[in-house]
Formats: sequence, C-alpha cells, structure tokens
Amino acid sequence: MDWQQILTNVAGEIIAPTTAAYALAAIGLNVHFGMTGLLNFGQAGFMLLGAYGYAIASIAGWPVWAAFLVALACAVVFALILGVPTLKLRGDYLAIVTIAAAEIIRMVGRSTSMTAVTGGNAGLAGDGFKGSFQDLSPLPDGNFAIGPWSYSTNLSNSWWVRIVGWALVALACFLVWRWMNSPWGRVLKGIREDEDAVRSLGKNVYAYKMQALVLGGAIGAVAGIVYVLPRAVQPDSMGRPMTFYVWTILLLGGAATVFGPVLGSILLWTTLMLIKTVLRDVVPTTVLRTEQIEMLGWVLVGVTLMLLVIFRPQGILGDRKELAIDVR
Amino acid sequence: MRRAASPDRITSSRTRIAHRSRRALVPLLTVLLSVLAALLAAIPAQAAAVPCAADPATGCIGGTIRTSAGEPAPGIGLTITGQGESLAVVTGVDGRWSTPVTAAGDYEVALDEATLPTGETLRDPAANPRTVTVRLGASVGALFPLGAPTAGGSGGGGDPSTATPEPGTDPAVTTPDSGKPSSITAQRVAQQTVNGIVFGLLLALASVGLSLIYGTTGLSNFAHGEQVTLGALLAYVGCQLLDLPLLVSGIVAVLLGAASGWLQDAGIWHPLRRRRVGTTQQMIVTIGLSMALQYTYQFFLGGSPLRIVTANPKPVRIGGMLFTQQSLTSAGIAIIAIGAVAFFLVRTRTGRATRAVSDNPALAAASGITVERIVRIVWTLGAGLAALGGVLLGLYFNATNWNMGGAILLLMFAAVTLGGLGTAWGALVGSLVIGLVVELSTFVIPSDMRYAGALVILILVLLVRPQGILGRAERIG
Repeated sequence: MDWQQILTNVAGEIIAPTTAAYALAAIGLNVHFGMTGLLNFGQAGFMLLGAYGYAIASIAGWPVWAAFLVALACAVVFALILGVPTLKLRGDYLAIVTIAAAEIIRMVGRSTSMTAVTGGNAGLAGDGFKGSFQDLSPLPDGNFAIGPWSYSTNLSNSWWVRIVGWALVALACFLVWRWMNSPWGRVLKGIREDEDAVRSLGKNVYAYKMQALVLGGAIGAVAGIVYVLPRAVQPDSMGRPMTFYVWTILLLGGAATVFGPVLGSILLWTTLMLIKTVLRDVVPTTVLRTEQIEMLGWVLVGVTLMLLVIFRPQGILGDRKELAIDVR
Repeated sequence: MRRAASPDRITSSRTRIAHRSRRALVPLLTVLLSVLAALLAAIPAQAAAVPCAADPATGCIGGTIRTSAGEPAPGIGLTITGQGESLAVVTGVDGRWSTPVTAAGDYEVALDEATLPTGETLRDPAANPRTVTVRLGASVGALFPLGAPTAGGSGGGGDPSTATPEPGTDPAVTTPDSGKPSSITAQRVAQQTVNGIVFGLLLALASVGLSLIYGTTGLSNFAHGEQVTLGALLAYVGCQLLDLPLLVSGIVAVLLGAASGWLQDAGIWHPLRRRRVGTTQQMIVTIGLSMALQYTYQFFLGGSPLRIVTANPKPVRIGGMLFTQQSLTSAGIAIIAIGAVAFFLVRTRTGRATRAVSDNPALAAASGITVERIVRIVWTLGAGLAALGGVLLGLYFNATNWNMGGAILLLMFAAVTLGGLGTAWGALVGSLVIGLVVELSTFVIPSDMRYAGALVILILVLLVRPQGILGRAERIG
C-alpha cells in the first residue's frame, strides 16, 4: 500500500472545490438551522437551482456576474415560494415541504420535456458554461504544483476554482460572524430558542424567518455554482442524499458556530476519502466491488448522522447549552 | 390534532386493554396473512419470459441489444414508463427484450447504464431515455446501439427482424417534443382513474403506518420508505434467489417487515424516547437511518431493477378497461387489509387504545393504557403494512429496486399531510387523492413529471388547509 499516495489524495480533499461547495452549502444551512432553527431539508434544491440558473444563463451568453445574479434570484424566489405557506406552521411542515420542493426541482429538471433547457436527465455538460468563468482567471494557463498537488491553473478542476471557492467560503464565514453578532442575529437566535417570547416582544417572527430562509438559500445557490464549476450539472447527483450530506457536515462541525460547517466539510470528505482509498487498496475486488465501497461510504455517513444527533447534537465546535435542537 | 380523548370509554376497560393489546395483534396479523395467501395464489409466479405478441388489445415495445462486437448482450435492464405504467424488462440470453403494453401512446424507454457489460457504452448517450409511440396491435422498436460514443448517432445495430424502427429515429428531432401529454378521451380518463385508485390503495397501505406512528409518537419517520422497500426486496429474494413461490415469500416478507418494525422500536426509538430525545432530533435520526438502509440494500442487491416475478403480467379486460391480473389482485388485497386495519382501530380494545394514545398520550397513560406497548404495536403493525404495500407495489410497478420506497416516500408524506397528519382515515383519503392526481396528471403534464404534480398539491394544501382534509382546524404553528 502506498501511504504517501493515499495521504496526498486525502490531503488534496482539504482544498478540493467539492469540499468548498459543501462548506458553503452547510454555511447556508447554518443560517437556517443553526441561527434560526428552520428545518430546511431541501438545501440540495437551492444548490441545483443555483447551478441551473448559472449554467443556463452562461450558456445563453450572459456574463459571469449576470449569471451569478440569475442564480441568486432563483434561490430568492424559491425561498419565498417555500416560506410563504410553511413558516407560520410547525417546523416539520417546513421539513416536508422543502424536501418535496427540492425533489420537484430535480424531477422537472431531469424531465425529457425540458431537454432543450436543462438537458433532461443527461444534464448540462460542463464545457457549455465554464468558459466565461475560466476566461476571468488572471492566472497563466498551464499546470501548477504546490508540493505533491498538481492541478491545472484554469481548466475544470483547477487552482482558479479552488481560489474562488474558498474565497467565497471565507466571505460567507465573515458574513455569518457579523450576522450572529448583530441585533438582527440575536433576534434570530431568540426565534430559535423561543419563538413565542420573541413574538411577545413585538418582533415580526414571520418576516425574520423569511429573511433567514432567503439568505441561507442564496448561500446554497452559490454553493451549487461552486459545486458544478469543476464538473457538469447532473440533476440526479444533486438529490436528497446531497441534502443529507450537508446536514451531516453541519451537525458534525457544530451548528450555530461560524467555522463548524467548514470544519465539518473538511473532516467528512477527508475521512471518506481515507476510508475509500484504504478499502480499495486493502480489500480485493472479489470481496468488495468498487461501487460497493462507494455505498459503504454512504452507509457510514448515514450512521454518523444518527450517532451524532443522538450522542453529540452540538457537534465538534458547538455548545450544547446554546443550541436547543428541538425547535418548533 | 390532539383532541381530548373520551376518557369514559377508556377508563372502563383500563386494565384489560394493557393485557389484551398483544393478543389482539395476533388475530389481526393472521387475518392479513390469510387474505394475502388466498389472493396471492392467483398470481402465477416464475413463468418464463415469453416474447410479446401484439394483438388488438396489446402493443409491444422491444428490441435487441448487441455489444459493440456484435454479440448479444444479456442482463441489461430497461424501464418503460408512460400511460400510467412503469415496466421493467431485462434482456434475455439472445440480447432480446420485449414487453407488452395495454394502452396506446408515448412511452419513455430508459436503459439502465449500470447494467451494461463492463467496457460497453451507449453509442449515443443522448438517446437514453428515448420516447417511442406505441399503437395497439403493432410492435415498435427502441434500439440502443452500443459502442464508442459518436456525435448525433442514431439507430442501427439492432435486429430488424424483431424490431421495426420508429419513424424519425433521430433523437435530436424526437426528444425535445417527447413526453407531451396525449389526447384526452373518456376511455382513457376512466382507465387512468381506475389506475389511480389502485395506486392510491397501495399507497394507503404503505402510508397508514407513517400516519399512525406520527399520531402516537409525534415522529415524522423519513425511514418509512425503507420499510416499503424492505418488503419488496424480501419478496424478490424469496421468489428469485431462494426459488420460493410468490405466496410464501410474500408472507415471509410481511412477517419479517413487521418484525423489523418491532426490532426498530425496541432497539432505537424506545431507548431514544426514554432518553427524552426530542422529536425533531429523532426525525433527523430517521433521515440518517433511511440513508444507511438505502445504501445497505444497494450494497447487497445492486442498483438495477429487480423483478419479483419474471412473467409478463396478464391483461384482463373489464368494461372496456384493461388491467393486469396483478393489479386487480393487489387492489383486492389492499382493500381487505385496509378493512382489517379499520376494524382493528374501531372495534378492538387495542385499536381504541391506539386512537386514545394518538389523541392524547398523557391522558391515555393516566387512564391506564400502557402507551409504550401501544407504540410498539403501532410500529410492528405499521412496518408490516408497509412491507405488504412494498410487495404489492413491487408487483404493480413490475420491478423494485433499492430506492423504490425512497421514491414514493414523498408521495406518502403528501398523502398523510393531505389527509391530516396523524389521523388513520386521513392516510386512506389522502392516498386515494394522491393516487388519482398522479395518474390523471399525465393528461396535462409529461409522465416523468407526474410525481412532481402530487408534491405541488402538497404545498398548495399547506397553503390553504394546513390541517389536511380530515384534520381539525386548530392552531398548529
């Protein structure tokens, strides 16, 4: 077994664009769940909408900033549609509606009748929408290596995507940190802990919840863009399991903390990579086929989620006293 | 939704309920199983796959798949959806596949690329899935040539003697306007309505447990879909891997499903309730569990469609409408099982205690009902019914897979929310409505979006009447 190769792969996951994308998605979910106590089980829907919005606008020839705004606008509209019927109801209704709405987005996106717009279940190939983003890069073309990690500077899975992705993560962390310490953030926290108390103080709880839903959803849409920049828009790879990954990441790192989502994402992906590569090397393919190792990884994530919620709902960085997970 | 229970009826029998609860469950399960036995016997299991022959009531879709080297490619899974039906076929040793359909119109044929032999790819991935137009009494081909991908590749490579390529095989021309809703005739409306009722009944079987579990414990169980899948997969394992008759494997699947519900409550949910873990937290646990179970199923049985019985369903014509024998039998089993559950809830002491617990657990406990025992019974019964629903849905869809329950989970949630979360009759009413919406919506929206239509209904219901059809108007926010 080549440990150096394995460790290089695992460490590569730390800065991978996928890790950044999941960290962003978890930051958005943190605004929903960690800060406000909203049970959003449709984060993958926000991501898919963001990805579609960006990719379709880019393919239509719009510049990067305009495509970016289209993605944000999609997420805002989606959040409003979801929020209006459910934010006045008990928390699990929002859970059911968000998970259903995310599935609707995916089903409509992959429908054969939408092939002209969304590419049906084949999705949108990366070459169609990556060009304008790659042209923005100030880096010279070619390959660049830091230590053992060698990636292209501008193409698909590149240093450029990594730089932009992690810059966005840093920006989102900064925003969440400011929001948490603002009067607005304290109202959200109040809603999370005791909605009726905040209402009795004369705050418009519904409006605050809606603002949180929209902001977190917008961050989710950005995460969707970062997620598809190194690959293609594949509706079936952005379904319910993706949402559950994001939840595991958030609860692993610690909800209601600034860096929890980032830590959770890095930990989850490096651990998964480590387990999968070691299994692939150690276990002969006659015992475990490659796709079975993949499934074992998913089972592991599911079990991790269960154990986390039961035994350590505050995650690694969180404070158990602060976060009453049983929200209304 | 929690009304004050009527304590007078319950207190009068407070002690007996606790003792009788377990005994009452046994006859109920026995009734369910004997009914299943009687009716499943009508379905022939294990017949060899016969090539489809077109007659005036049947149309055929078929083709031959060959590897890029020209050898027949066996074992490739295809799914045919359209006109309210979803069929799965697998190519035979000669690479041929065919399936009969009983309604004319557009069908989407999707080839499961995971089942292709290693090293083989579709020559034209954009042509998968593709849509074919079927006329009754004729055969139509859907060809999937294998080989290195080429840009804009079209038909060819098939066997012209068995399959007549549809006119305009070029996928670039046919794909964008495919899946369009077809014309509305009274005949088709009637057919789809009946299909919707059958599907709704099966959905009701699967979702009664979801509603009862919510009612008695307040838990939205996102892993309930996996109980449905479990039933179907166990029936598949029994029929295909252990060569048991469908009847036996169906009964075993329901029994094991019920046992898994008992185990789950004893092993996970009872301890969690005792630790006073909140229901929101428990709900996230069900999500983790659902994910772990789904991929465990896939780990052992793979990702391709699995057919519980390999025989092609026999069409039956009643009053101008076409059914398969399987769907009629399934609907019969579903009606009797739902009747048995209704009898249990209304007429037996345990059933009354169950309703008392879902009205108000604290008051029920104070009246001498052992709430935890009732919850255990509800889990066992709910999981057993879900397994039965899974077996029947697996037969209805003609195939099952690791994700079947997950795919209909949201329809089940839509159904119980629509009917009123936690009410037993709500699950039935809601399921019938959702079944009808799913089947009839194919007249207005493409058939691959029909589940989305049902979910839109869910959101609209929450907007207008969040307590559901049978729920009581009450503040639930």
